[in-house]
Amino acid sequence: MTVSLRALLGATAFVALTGVAMAETTITVATVNNGDMIRMQGLMDDFYAKNPDIKVEWVTLEENVLRQNVTTDIATNGGQYDVLTIGTYEVPIWGKQGWLASLNDLPADYDVDDLLPAIRGGLTVDGNLMASPFYGESSMVMYRKDLMDAAGLTMSDAPTWTEIEAAAKAMTDKSKEQYGICLRGKAGWGENMAFLTAMSNSFGARWFDEAWVPQFDQPEWKATLETYLRVMTEYGPPGASNNGFNENLTLFQQGKCGMWIDATVAASFVTGKDSTVADKVGFALAPDNGLGKRGNWLWAWSLAIPASSQKQDAAKAFINWATNKDYLALVASKEGWANVPPGTRTSLYSNPEYASIPFAKMTIDSINAADPNAPTVKPVPYVGVQFVAIPEFQGLGTSVGQEFSAALAGQKSVDEALAAAQALVTDEMTAAGYIK
Amino acid sequence: MARHVTTQRRAINSAAAWTVALMLFFPILWTVLTSFKPEAQAVASPPIFLGFDWTLQNYVDVNEQRDYFRYFVNSVIIALGSTALGLVLAIPAAWSMAFVPGRKTKDLLMWMLSTKMMPAVGVLVPIYLLFKTLGLLDTRVGLVVVLTLMNLPIIVWMLYTYFKEIPGEILEAARMDGATLKSEILYVLTPMAVPGIASTVLLNIILAWNEAFWTINLTVTDAAPLTKFISGFSSPQGLFYAKLSAASTMAIAPILIMGWFSQKQLVRGLTFGAVK
Repeated sequence: MTVSLRALLGATAFVALTGVAMAETTITVATVNNGDMIRMQGLMDDFYAKNPDIKVEWVTLEENVLRQNVTTDIATNGGQYDVLTIGTYEVPIWGKQGWLASLNDLPADYDVDDLLPAIRGGLTVDGNLMASPFYGESSMVMYRKDLMDAAGLTMSDAPTWTEIEAAAKAMTDKSKEQYGICLRGKAGWGENMAFLTAMSNSFGARWFDEAWVPQFDQPEWKATLETYLRVMTEYGPPGASNNGFNENLTLFQQGKCGMWIDATVAASFVTGKDSTVADKVGFALAPDNGLGKRGNWLWAWSLAIPASSQKQDAAKAFINWATNKDYLALVASKEGWANVPPGTRTSLYSNPEYASIPFAKMTIDSINAADPNAPTVKPVPYVGVQFVAIPEFQGLGTSVGQEFSAALAGQKSVDEALAAAQALVTDEMTAAGYIK
Repeated sequence: MARHVTTQRRAINSAAAWTVALMLFFPILWTVLTSFKPEAQAVASPPIFLGFDWTLQNYVDVNEQRDYFRYFVNSVIIALGSTALGLVLAIPAAWSMAFVPGRKTKDLLMWMLSTKMMPAVGVLVPIYLLFKTLGLLDTRVGLVVVLTLMNLPIIVWMLYTYFKEIPGEILEAARMDGATLKSEILYVLTPMAVPGIASTVLLNIILAWNEAFWTINLTVTDAAPLTKFISGFSSPQGLFYAKLSAASTMAIAPILIMGWFSQKQLVRGLTFGAVK
């Protein structure tokens, strides 16, 4: 046997043995397409350096497609995914179904007590942490300081709906395509109904009473919808019934909105490089009516492990890396503190560098002002601020959203829209067995 | 006068044809144009048609985020595989229905077509469970099988229609010359129906290429085709239309180019036997 042949055989054996020793576990992570998730995919070298035996395959999908794919896989115990990106709406439902693995045994350096209490509460089912928050958000008022100054008004940090309406009126100049207020109008449980459900909380309304009877025939809902339609009709942009988050973001960035009440994550967009009004934006808490509840929501995109995953140890290692305090420091070191995923950890908001970001304080105050376990003035049998954490809510929320969107488009009156909502929700809840 | 009327009518017909063609083509044109816009200009109001800051950045971003080639290869394999398997099953079926029809042939054809009327989501869970049990989830083989079954009624119907146009006497003559059934189908019927088969192949490739429900729901990473590639570029929060348009343009470009080069064959096949 020649020397070179021996060397070749030796090298082959070495590679084979190394391969066995370094056997990789591949985990599949399903996620939505947003800036923070894409940023994480670009920082995977850090994870691989710390976990050389784990390989991550990404599946990035549109939010609703992701929801459908993952629901099918979990419900059939398919085991195709090892880590899921899920919202605050799914966690209590899927956790109760036994579809998610508990994350109670994450390593000590994960520091579970550092999670923001409101966010942690929304991700805990029967005392078990079922998902780890990747980023959290609430909603708040983003307003144009220059237009408020020009109108001789000052926005308080915690405005009422009366103040908001007066400010909207003062900032509206339709001849210049300048609209006092921009709000979601596009139908959908995660679109206009996220806003309107949160807004209704501040008016004392609720989706259901303690016996699951729909409450759209109550005066609180009428007051909510009348206020919403009045401010949007008189001071809102044309075609608002087609506007969701992205459409309003564009309008605000183009300087066409005096105020925009929406997700706190929008703060970095309206003050970012694509915004023509980046240096003129102020922030305030979502408005209230003096009833003890504000019209702000609570949401978190979180990472969870389906109970059907066969690679739970590797999945936990990934979640620990992606949602740990060290990850926030990693993002800050590479991209600056303004790009750190917000709204998950107390320590982030006690960091002086992060606290100096203009929207940091208002974001944490907004998150702290939301309580998913007691979302409304009156008692309710459900969990969730801008949603009702029951499986039927996606369909119900979208159907009711279509009625309210039609009212915004001028196709229905307030009374007609509320009556239709009451009828359809009553039918569905009766059929689903909630109403005996 | 007659000549004037004819010319005028021809002009009107041409104008109508161009109008319809432009209406059909406009969404594709708009997608392509949007793919070259910066994100902020992609959602500008009023919309900017040509006077925007042309950029290739969206294509750069899309390619940095995803491995286009892997999705493309899967789309090619799934589209060609399901078409080939569909033809192997459909040619004998269409032959028997066209040349040896039974009492229930028409009913059978209608029943086959009626299976296309059922919403696919109605059988998602049973098929998902079946695929899981057979180990076919996220495999190209699984998708080839499911897309073949989805498109089989259309292939059989199209081939049946083309075969009906071929005189049965020619096949009889072949039989009298000693042709076996296999030879009759392979060497007599198939060559005569080439235009029809070609258009069936083209149409089936297009249907399989564009199929989004099963290809998205039954794949994860290994077998994911371009439909799944596009789906990942929609975003709930933040601007994404320009990048989504770039991804869509990259996904439809191969099938558009194929359609462009084979349009003669496609039209010839689709109008086969239409004028007697």
